[in-house]
Amino acid sequence: MLSVVAGRDERDATTADVAVPDYASHLTGDARGARIGVPRALFGEGLDAGVRASVEGAIGVFRDLGAEVVDVELPHAKYAIAVYYIIATAEASSNLARYDGVRYGFRAEEAPELRSMYRRTREEGFGAEVKRRIMLGTYVLSSGYYDAYYLKAQQVRALIKRDFAGALDSCDAILTPTSPTTAFRLGEKTDDPLAMYLNDIYTVTANLAGVPAVSVPCGLSGEGLPVALQLVARHWDEATMLRLADAYERAAPFDARPRVCATD
Amino acid sequence: MIKEGWEVVIGLEIHAQLSTESKIFCGCSTRFGDEPNSNTCPVCLGLPGALPVLNWRAVELGARAALALGLELNGRSVFARKNYFYPDLPKGYQISQYDQPFSERGELEMMTSVRDESGHAREWKPMKVRILRLHLEEDAGKNVHEGLPETDRFSYVDLNRAGTPLAEIVTEPDFRTSWEAYDYVNHVRRALQWVGASEADMEKGNLRCEANVSVRRTGEGFGTKVELKNLNSVRFMQKAIEFEIERQIELIESGGRVSQETRLWDDHLGETRVMRSKEEAHDYRYFPEPDLPPLVLPEGFAERVRAEMPELPEARRARFMDEYGLSYPDASQLTSGRALADYFERAAKASENARAASNWIRSEVLRELEAAGRGAEESPVAPEELGALVRLVDGGKISGKQAKDVLVEMFRTGKTASAIVEEQGLAQVSDAGEIERIVSEVVAANPKQLEQYRAGKESLLGFFVGQVMKASQGKANPKLVNETLLKKLKG
Repeated sequence: MLSVVAGRDERDATTADVAVPDYASHLTGDARGARIGVPRALFGEGLDAGVRASVEGAIGVFRDLGAEVVDVELPHAKYAIAVYYIIATAEASSNLARYDGVRYGFRAEEAPELRSMYRRTREEGFGAEVKRRIMLGTYVLSSGYYDAYYLKAQQVRALIKRDFAGALDSCDAILTPTSPTTAFRLGEKTDDPLAMYLNDIYTVTANLAGVPAVSVPCGLSGEGLPVALQLVARHWDEATMLRLADAYERAAPFDARPRVCATD
Repeated sequence: MIKEGWEVVIGLEIHAQLSTESKIFCGCSTRFGDEPNSNTCPVCLGLPGALPVLNWRAVELGARAALALGLELNGRSVFARKNYFYPDLPKGYQISQYDQPFSERGELEMMTSVRDESGHAREWKPMKVRILRLHLEEDAGKNVHEGLPETDRFSYVDLNRAGTPLAEIVTEPDFRTSWEAYDYVNHVRRALQWVGASEADMEKGNLRCEANVSVRRTGEGFGTKVELKNLNSVRFMQKAIEFEIERQIELIESGGRVSQETRLWDDHLGETRVMRSKEEAHDYRYFPEPDLPPLVLPEGFAERVRAEMPELPEARRARFMDEYGLSYPDASQLTSGRALADYFERAAKASENARAASNWIRSEVLRELEAAGRGAEESPVAPEELGALVRLVDGGKISGKQAKDVLVEMFRTGKTASAIVEEQGLAQVSDAGEIERIVSEVVAANPKQLEQYRAGKESLLGFFVGQVMKASQGKANPKLVNETLLKKLKG
């Protein structure tokens, strides 16, 4: 599927005119000599012990496959969650403006005039998390706050990009957990959105840097919930990333059954 | 006239529609007057998931406009979202440019004049205007409140115009009178039309302007500015500024303060009224458009665009003076539009007498065109035909007076000058032998007058000329008749 969606799309100005390789031909199962970078500084606070154990095990698998494991530094990655939730909500607040009840979608009934139609439509039509993001995003773009939030976030994002480019100079792929914890219960963190956002630490960091990343299942935690590792590669180097992910999957096939239960 | 002791500060914003076939971020047609909402697609309707793709033609025309107004192109500019809610704005934001615009740092020289009571220009003088920026953006759609069913309950939205490319042109606050502002807008209109960047027709709404007006006592710092909108013609703008100047001065003189606000011109009432105050002003929350990469101009782009542009009016005026020996006012008039300047140049070449061609065009031709409501490019008399007419006069075939009648006939029938001269038998008799024959006859037939003339009554020359012209049915070349008569009469 990647080979179909990858490459230039004439209707999307953000796509690049870069040749698309035959990804499948790179799936050789060979990880010998590959350099796997591990940002140990991101394996600290907030990382679930079971997740840590699974991911350490996976690092061992790569060693066994003949890969070299090296330490890498991503000094600005610790700001990634803050940066991401400023930029993403700013964009979301603007992207969602089109759901105003004028042309399509939900429209509140019986609003007496235009402004109240807008207000009621958006009040009734959006859920709590969406509203939270719209408000956050509106705030960070507001006159007087733009420089302190949105602009600053974009500057830090540039530093994060530079961190990744630097780290990927000395390795072929960066390995992290996909998520610091296993799945939480439905509704468990609805009242604590910050804890929920923190679960995105590893994934959104790669998104901010604009580099490719893939998530591969790598075991079950102590409670029997699935754990995954993430491999991040250089710009346009999906082929190496997929080759390493495939090599890992072949060496450590994930056939465990997670403990799935609706109530407990 | 501005009241003694006061100074006026005016800055202008012009929105000009760029003459592209399709919209700035999608392939929909920009045609005016089509069935409402027929020129729309997922992109300009703001449907979820549809993305903007920049129309390069809009960039080229924007560059023409910028270069024609003396701006510098920025090699890299950034599109930004201007966020606000309005039913004619499908995405909830307008894609515009903000802190990194397409072009900046412009300065142009235009002609301006004070006006007398009835609005006639007194004396044209050059004036420099600094242009802060010209940036590219998309237009919004149009809300319709009239002419459709149940407009008491519903408003309608036509999105045909949504996504039409615009150039927004912002000046520094360099104008001191409403007429300077008026002359500037006309200058910009002509410049944009000249280079084919925009039709710049205010009637069709493809050129709109807004004015920022403030007053101050001479020598003081800037006063509070008021933004004027709904200026649907250059004349309305001039009147609105004039009204606003008086209103602000009166307000301050009576102890009041001007408040920062947007006011609309009401032409029926001849006054401006408040649309919104500063407190109600939008916070547009500009930020870089994430769906579009920065606009980076290729190496040599500005030079390429410049090379494709026609010679600019100022350069052409200078050349007309230099090459054809025209005066400044004449050259200015002939370069007031590109079609007219082209017309003159072709006629000048065909006539081999540029001065005469200039005179004919500025008087007779323009009068005929104006009467017919046509532009020079639609003239039923081709410039080469005008040139041929001038040559008939210069060659002594017809008199200047006859030529005027012939030209009227050319405009009426579309026939060539020589065809009309032939048909009406107008050709002058310039054959010396033929004229000498007629003159001899006339002299011989009027011995009494000849005697009186020879006795010193030289005023009788006119009588003889009249007789000769009559005998030749008006066709004799007057110059030759004069010369021949003088010789004969002296004996």
